[in-house]
Amino acid sequence: MSSTAEEVRPAGVGGSPPPEAPALWLYLLRVVGALAIPIVAFFLLWGTFDFLRDADANRFLVVGVAILVGVGGVFFLFWAMNRVVDLLPERYGERVRPYVFVGPCLVVLSVFLVYPVINTILVSFRDARSEALVGLDNYRFVFTDEDMLRAIRNTAGWIILVPLVAVSIGLAFATLADRLRHGEAVAKSLIFLPMAISFVGAAVVWRLIYSFRPEGFGSNIGLLNGIMLGLGNEPVPWLQKEPWNNLMLMVIMVWMQTGFAMVVLSAAIKSIPDEIIEAARIDGASELQVFRRIIVPSILPTIVVVTTYMVINAMKVFDIVYVIGSPEASGTVVIAERMIDWFFISGHDGRGAAIAVVLFLAVIPVMFWNVRRFREQEAIR
Amino acid sequence: MSTAPIPAPVIPEVRGAGEVRTGGWFTRLTISAIVLLWLIPTIGVLITSFRPEAVVADTGWWTVFAHPFRAAEWTLENYRGALDAGGFGNAFMNSLAVALPATVIPITIAAFAAYAFSWMEFRGRYVLFVLVVGLMVVPLQMALIPILRLYTGGASIGTLQVFPDLDLNGTFLGVWLAHAGFGLPLATYLLRNYIGSLPSSIIESAKMDGADHFTIFLRLVVPLSVPALAAFTIFQFLWVWNDLLVALVFLGGTRETRVLTLALAELVGGRGESWHLLTAAAFISMALPLLVFFALQKYFVRGLTAGSVKG
Repeated sequence: MSSTAEEVRPAGVGGSPPPEAPALWLYLLRVVGALAIPIVAFFLLWGTFDFLRDADANRFLVVGVAILVGVGGVFFLFWAMNRVVDLLPERYGERVRPYVFVGPCLVVLSVFLVYPVINTILVSFRDARSEALVGLDNYRFVFTDEDMLRAIRNTAGWIILVPLVAVSIGLAFATLADRLRHGEAVAKSLIFLPMAISFVGAAVVWRLIYSFRPEGFGSNIGLLNGIMLGLGNEPVPWLQKEPWNNLMLMVIMVWMQTGFAMVVLSAAIKSIPDEIIEAARIDGASELQVFRRIIVPSILPTIVVVTTYMVINAMKVFDIVYVIGSPEASGTVVIAERMIDWFFISGHDGRGAAIAVVLFLAVIPVMFWNVRRFREQEAIR
Repeated sequence: MSTAPIPAPVIPEVRGAGEVRTGGWFTRLTISAIVLLWLIPTIGVLITSFRPEAVVADTGWWTVFAHPFRAAEWTLENYRGALDAGGFGNAFMNSLAVALPATVIPITIAAFAAYAFSWMEFRGRYVLFVLVVGLMVVPLQMALIPILRLYTGGASIGTLQVFPDLDLNGTFLGVWLAHAGFGLPLATYLLRNYIGSLPSSIIESAKMDGADHFTIFLRLVVPLSVPALAAFTIFQFLWVWNDLLVALVFLGGTRETRVLTLALAELVGGRGESWHLLTAAAFISMALPLLVFFALQKYFVRGLTAGSVKG
């Protein structure tokens, strides 16, 4: 249809002059120019990388150039690619352009995440040094080994408790802070503060809280045992009593992540139009009803996002368990920690890989939940 | 309230309509309690970092409240000790050279991708997006070794070289790209959530006016998404700045190339039970992230979520 219309038009009537075809040389120049820009840019970037590799150069200069190239380079890349697509005939251009937008994302992800994942799946069917094929032996190990079963149970606890507690406290805090007359920003910043602390820092912070010294090994300088002694009780080895030590470690993650949940949820609460809430109050709704019937349904999509993020983080939890406790001895093993252990310490690549694969499979339900929600979002916007 | 002759329900209603959004003592008390609970761990470290070695080893940090003005309780010596043990100038510059591009690169890439996932039609949109979200669960520790092999030798199937040997190990570019790869799934996910919730009427009317996708993205979507972009920038910056593992593996641990967290981790590893040095070192490592956070926290209050434009 449209093509016949186009064919008819140049011969058409109505006095409008036929569209002037651009000179061929001009067209060629544009094509060559558009192709040359990315190529020249590429070699320019390459030159700077060689410069950056040169350790003798002035440190400040190296850092300055690095920042400039890193920050400017990526935007330039998109601009140049978009120019190239502009030169294609419109019909093809619009079909290619989405891939220019998502392309770099997919390329980077393929190299840095998809390739390692495929590599891991292949290795999971092989033996300790990833040589001979062993079939499903590694998977059998995952679901029969004593420590692995404990790790699966513990991780299930992390996945349920950490998001639940962190999101609940975050939601309650965000809702209440929204009504403060003064100091809302300060209060939120203080809750968020642990997010800004590196893991090295957090480990120091919490080891000082849980610190335990048995009798005859000096006085207890840990806060929790200080409180126990103050109340006339015996000091407790917080990180050794199973299964409570798992809860002690979860507290650390809740401490670090509640700020994130709170900040995101708070922003969502603020975007609820005031009129809706005021109207409900005038109609006689109690504060609890406003919260349950208006606030929670309005920000449900955000709650889903935050919970997803927390669940995935809880699945991947490793550093807290690894650095603060001694996982195997005290029974605080989790799946990701087992994986690292088999990969890097116990030296069985196949088992480490099989554990990693089980971890991916566990996230599939969460992903489907999210996709369904995105379809709903697109239906109503 | 109850003694008033007028019907009881009327009073709370009138008051409720008058000052709907301010809370009473319950709100203030709960908020204060949670804030206090959250602060105590950090306060403990802060106080410990200013106490002399002998006192730290022997008494809990809360004992300072008994006599807070006794000079023997306080010292700056720990900070001097921690700084002397480190070579922090160089490490600080390295951290900066790693963190700034490793923040900007993934966010730019993710913003373009998020726009495409939200507002462009193409085959495989859902499948690719599920893939991106699914990759959030890949523990980065697992990816380190395959990537290290790619960096130092490329990859080949049989004799065919499918990934060139770029010799990226030990370069800033190598670290940036690795951080970009690990940060992209979350960045794309959160930005898609935000950009996808912009009202379609705005995008449609821009299209009517003849704007192409690149223009719409740059002139319309990016300005409207500033809160989300700024919030995620802070987020990614904190993550990269606090990272230890990626920088250690791809940049190396020599005094010339190591980043700030590594310098501090070595201090911690070397002096495990020296609480006076550890706490001081921990606070040095927190300084810049906290500064960045407090300087930009107003963006965090607004950003990082769906529902940017009311109505």
